[in-house]
Amino acid sequence: MTLLGLCWLRRKKWTGVSDQMLIGVLCSRMRVEEKLLRDALVQRGIDVEIVDDREVTFTLAHPTRRWDAVLERSISQTRGLAITRVLESWGVPTVNRHAVAATCASKLDTSAALEAAGIPTPETAVAFTPDAALRAAEDLGYPVVLKPLTGSWGRLLAKINDRDAAEALFEHKAVLGGPDHSVFYLQRHVEKPGRDIRAFVVGDEVICAIYRDSEHWVTNTARGATTHNCPIDGTLRQLSLHAAAAVGGGVLAVDLLEDRDRLLVSEVNATMEFKNSIDVTGVDIPGRVADHVREVARGAPIAVGG
Amino acid sequence: MCPECDARVAVDDGVERGEVVTCPECNAELEVIGLDPPRFVLAPPEEVDWGE
Repeated sequence: MTLLGLCWLRRKKWTGVSDQMLIGVLCSRMRVEEKLLRDALVQRGIDVEIVDDREVTFTLAHPTRRWDAVLERSISQTRGLAITRVLESWGVPTVNRHAVAATCASKLDTSAALEAAGIPTPETAVAFTPDAALRAAEDLGYPVVLKPLTGSWGRLLAKINDRDAAEALFEHKAVLGGPDHSVFYLQRHVEKPGRDIRAFVVGDEVICAIYRDSEHWVTNTARGATTHNCPIDGTLRQLSLHAAAAVGGGVLAVDLLEDRDRLLVSEVNATMEFKNSIDVTGVDIPGRVADHVREVARGAPIAVGG
Repeated sequence: MCPECDARVAVDDGVERGEVVTCPECNAELEVIGLDPPRFVLAPPEEVDWGE
């Protein structure tokens, strides 16, 4: 295996010289978040190995178990899922667990998990042909939001205001997209008050939350939304913990919409970005994640809120 | 040097391999692949499965 970098010097686990903890941080590039997480782990006396998902190779019959746990931070969901699947089969704990990341990677899987847990979420429909999607949109009532099953950062979202737009969009997706784009995932559009809420869940605790403000109906920070602190009340805490538990728990960012006098959970993210949330909340997010990873590596039971 | 436009690209002291910086002249996104001296390749374009 070729490595992007080695930050650990003191121990080679297989030699038995030391029981120093070694955490692998799986990533595609060194963003601010990965540097902060690595530094937080190192500050806790933990050895860290940066593992580049573009260079790593695994032979399934020859398990590599040198990490006490691996923190999955791949920018590519496909690679992250594949690698956590292999690591878990070898008995290497991962944060997040493969099943959790897989659920969060699919909007349909997430919606199904939230519905099954009785968590309020925007009314969602799925259809597999343009004609069926049109009927589903009319049943939900315009405007509806069309989303890809996988994707992030507000990419490929479409707010459909009427039947004309729906017909055009569904036909384009069916003709131009691959098979995944012929799964039409539709949600009733929620008229939120120029913002949404992101709650950061680590284990069984909501460590902080932010408002994401935008004049655009898409409120991702990747699309220019600004952030400010969101006080955590009992409702937000409980709903966030329930949502995190519904997808299996771990280190998760729960996105919520204010729908008049109630909150709806719109999605749950398994490899959350947080660089814009540290200063506004005053919470040491990478430090809290590092603490959680250390507990997982120690073999502690994973606390799941809700 | 920027592999796209040959401009000289200065990097901060704390920059690390694997980070992405922007060329000040052509705005290309560059991945840092070496530090002494700094070396760059064009950063891979965003894929549909990238995200949180």
